[in-house]
Amino acid sequence: MELVCLPRLPRVAVCGGTHGNELSGVYLVRELLRVQRETSEKEKEEEDKKSMSVLTVLANPKAMQRCSRYIDTDLNRCFTHAILNSPLSDKPPYEMVRSRDLNALLGPKGSCEAVDLVCDLHNTTANMGLCFISYSDCDWICLHIFRHLQRQMPEISMRYIHFDVSNRESYSLDSIGKHGFAIEIGPQPHGVVRSNIYTTMKSGVQHMLDWVHFFNSGTTFEGGLVEVFTMVKNIDYPRDCVTCSITAAIHPKLQDRDFCLLHPGDPMFQTFSGETLRYKGKEALYPFFINECAYYEKGIALSLARKKHVMIPTVRVQTEQEEQANKLGFASEEEE
Amino acid sequence: MSSYNNSARFNEARKVAIFGGTHGNEMSGVTLVNLWVKNSAEIQRKRVETKPFITNPRAVEKCSRYVDTDLNRAFSPENLSAPEGDNLPYEVQRAQEINRMFGPKGSPEAYDVIFDLHNTTSNMGCTLILESSKDHFNLQMMNYIKKAIAPASCLVLLNEHPLLKYSTSRSVAKHPVGLEVGPQPQGVLRSNIFEAMRIILKHALDFIELFNEGMEFPPCTVEVFRVSERVDYPRDANGNIIAMVHPNLQDCDWEPLNPGDPMFQTFDGKTIHYQGPGTVYPTFINEAAYYEKQQAFVTTRRETLLASAIRKHEN
Ligand SMILES: [Zn+2]
Ligand SMILES: [Zn+2]
Repeated sequence: MELVCLPRLPRVAVCGGTHGNELSGVYLVRELLRVQRETSEKEKEEEDKKSMSVLTVLANPKAMQRCSRYIDTDLNRCFTHAILNSPLSDKPPYEMVRSRDLNALLGPKGSCEAVDLVCDLHNTTANMGLCFISYSDCDWICLHIFRHLQRQMPEISMRYIHFDVSNRESYSLDSIGKHGFAIEIGPQPHGVVRSNIYTTMKSGVQHMLDWVHFFNSGTTFEGGLVEVFTMVKNIDYPRDCVTCSITAAIHPKLQDRDFCLLHPGDPMFQTFSGETLRYKGKEALYPFFINECAYYEKGIALSLARKKHVMIPTVRVQTEQEEQANKLGFASEEEE
Repeated sequence: MSSYNNSARFNEARKVAIFGGTHGNEMSGVTLVNLWVKNSAEIQRKRVETKPFITNPRAVEKCSRYVDTDLNRAFSPENLSAPEGDNLPYEVQRAQEINRMFGPKGSPEAYDVIFDLHNTTSNMGCTLILESSKDHFNLQMMNYIKKAIAPASCLVLLNEHPLLKYSTSRSVAKHPVGLEVGPQPQGVLRSNIFEAMRIILKHALDFIELFNEGMEFPPCTVEVFRVSERVDYPRDANGNIIAMVHPNLQDCDWEPLNPGDPMFQTFDGKTIHYQGPGTVYPTFINEAAYYEKQQAFVTTRRETLLASAIRKHEN
């Protein structure tokens, strides 16, 4: 199998509270911060011998304080190249200011100063289990970390979701790192922390950090096939054409059945007068984000994905010489 | 002409209201009431005038629990008698309006029955909430609903606690009935929860119709869970919670909690056990809205109440 050597990952960021009412991430990052604070100086020296530094970030503290998703606008849509680089208005929305601060702290997006890996923690009201959400289906780092978690946590149902969006158009916090993904875990109501979801998230983050440490320390990770769900389209609720209010709920036969193949003709919605509306697409697809609370206002009742298998290569970290050579290579490329 | 000597007599319950959106992000009630405002055929009964009503429209629009303060705590005598003015919190102004429309609270003109529709993130199933153990009309209604929906079940929560009782929107009526159905996240509409709420309301209205038509309801017993104590999350000096509901307790509303049973799990994995003196029945376990009210769950005790026979006044 092909071997790919990749640069070390010395700086990792773990973020929570990007949506202020998704409480597993909020409380997990707080817990990580508490442990950092209470770690003695001696232990810190030990930590320094580790192969990387971990930055823990509470991304939207004002929204957290209010326990709402956001204050003025959804922070996790504020990291496109355009938004980060356009001039700010006189009274900019809080999240627009915050996204720049975070870009300065963890980015700048697309630059070589950006942190190596951003992991952003989210919760959903949908029954999605643990999902990685990434903009790439060929970021071997993200895919290998995903496979590591799958192996370490076999009791947890886990999927890798791919949003096919270019780096300039990518809009979420995790897009400002050199590598990045969101961990989305559900079902958990917003404004609630459930111990099972929190515990799953905590071990997921621990295994992610372990993997980075092993990788940086020179471990070779065998390649193989990974199942990837590529987002195809969103479907909105049926709505009243005058008031725009919804006229149907997710059908009981679809509710909570995220990632169960939806065939043409399968029940999708149930109107308030009891009528069943069916999936009219031509292709069977995998539904996810079924009945996510925050997506009512975005006009999304569910998303649909196509499943494929991606062959990922064996990876290991570059040696110092390889890294040096790579940098020189970059430099000469830029001169051309 | 009564077959029971000590039948309690009540006036016909002609004025009935169904409140939705007292909490703007509890979607079953909001959706049902909006539906019935457009077309009320489903809730019409003989000899009853049923008014569906959105109590907190601004909170509904924002899809948040409230705008300034919790409407479902705002119907205190102080609030209802406060001098009117724009400087009052929105929900207090609203409480005064609702009291004028459906009350005045405690007066003979007040509505006969108000159903207030709520959702919870707790795994409480269908729960009817009463504010008095002496309201035999309501107790008979509970008995009727329980029988009508069997084999499905619905439980009755009685909040008569001198300190934990609060001044609800429905308290404006002579016979206030809360309906709490879960689990459902705030801001989400689940069809199963929506349908469950709809069915309870159907039976409740049927009961009122039968009563108004003159049916006599014989004495019966009703099992209730009486609110006993509020239990808060463990917190640090800054008031931040340091533990979650333990996985063994999560979703176990109405199941016995015994001394020594796991109750909380701290964020670093330690278990905290229930230390109370005896078995209690917890409910409202891990309700989203109660984090700010310093409540992880309430404990209740099971009780059987006796409801006397009821029939309407002859006039
Ligand atoms: Zn989120
Ligand atoms: Zn409520």
